[in-house]
Amino acid sequence: MMRSLSLIGTLFAKDVRIEWRQRETVASVCVFGLLVVLIFHFGFQPAGEESPRVLPGLLWIAFAFSGILSFNRSFEAERENACLEGLYLAPVDPGLIYLAKLLVNLLFLGIAESVIVLATAVWYNFSFLPSFKWFVLIVFLGTFGYAAVGATFAAVSANTRMREVMLPVLQFPVVFPLFIASVEATRSALSGNISPEMMSWIKLLAGFAVIFTVLSYLLFEYVMGE
Amino acid sequence: MLGKIFNSRVHLILTVAWLLAAIYMIFIYAPNEANQGEVYRIIYVHVSSGWTAFLAYFLVFLGSVGYLVNRSPQADDLAHAAGEVGFVFVSCVLVTGPLWAKPIWGIWWTWDARLTLTFILWLLFVSYLLLRSFVADSPRAALLSAVVGIIGFVDVPIDFMAIRWWRTQHPQPVILGGPDSGLPPKMLITLLFTWGAFLLLFFWFLRLRLELLRMKREVSGLRRELAIEA
Repeated sequence: MMRSLSLIGTLFAKDVRIEWRQRETVASVCVFGLLVVLIFHFGFQPAGEESPRVLPGLLWIAFAFSGILSFNRSFEAERENACLEGLYLAPVDPGLIYLAKLLVNLLFLGIAESVIVLATAVWYNFSFLPSFKWFVLIVFLGTFGYAAVGATFAAVSANTRMREVMLPVLQFPVVFPLFIASVEATRSALSGNISPEMMSWIKLLAGFAVIFTVLSYLLFEYVMGE
Repeated sequence: MLGKIFNSRVHLILTVAWLLAAIYMIFIYAPNEANQGEVYRIIYVHVSSGWTAFLAYFLVFLGSVGYLVNRSPQADDLAHAAGEVGFVFVSCVLVTGPLWAKPIWGIWWTWDARLTLTFILWLLFVSYLLLRSFVADSPRAALLSAVVGIIGFVDVPIDFMAIRWWRTQHPQPVILGGPDSGLPPKMLITLLFTWGAFLLLFFWFLRLRLELLRMKREVSGLRRELAIEA
């Protein structure tokens, strides 16, 4: 158990250290998220009072598309110098590699999401503070579930001819329930409506995260190959 | 493996005969519907295709699990073939649905629970088939497809729950009750009969596809042997 944790820690630290030296992924994910918010604004031009209705969807669309960048990069980086093969050949339980990738993506996405939320708060003059606790919980659970699926499918699509394009095609049909739940729960939280329905959505998010993390952990050795 | 139960000529004849009988049932035997007139008869095809499509996805799941458990090429073939044939049936659902909806509801489409779920099922089939066409070598293709098939199938009940909750929170403009909200006996019999015909048809296509995949594998095996000897 301790060895597993320390292995995950090592793999996690490796990816964070690589990212720290170049800061490519986090920067591009943040910028892309901001661009999505901007395009959304020009596309829909929501009036001030429409913000609470529009914000949950807007935020999760931005998170969804930024996530794709992050997941793709997490395995793209391994393609140089046959790092991917090296990783597969290492005497490590494949599930642990998956968990480390999951945590790395969670971290990068979390940073990007913070930037996006901050920008949205400014641009839409909307305060997230009254509902902060619930909002953070919902975003964390939603991002966790999303990263759980994203990390697996990024590994799958890294093995295909169409790589970056394969990832959204594969993962969006699977994560739809996650987005439905996230948007609905966020909408409830941001409008201050802490109802039993919101709790059901949060439970769905938690369930989704658990189910897909466990499933991916078990299936990852097959993704890695023979 | 599958379908050694009865030989393929018998299967074909039975399928054609049953389909012809189903056509008779749909147009002659089934009574008129009070509000919808003749148009409603498309639901026999629509619902039968839908149930068959869900069965197909279950077979994709079974084949995927079977492949991961014992790496049997037949299991992989089953998943592959069921994916392809199932895609045809789910596309049929998405085409016949709007064809029926427009005259009856006045709209081509609505994002209610059932339609949304069916569309996501269609997307799951599409992504499965796209993955199969974009992976280079065979053992890797089978492994990756198996993983995707399993994850997709586990997702279906979650989709079902989520979409249903979502739709009950956002009620749609009133639409006539679903096609099987209490069917009179004659209609129910027609529906089940038609579904039987569609199942036979599905298994017929599945059989053909499995045979093709088996032959392809045999040919590559022979090619490999020739290459080694040369």
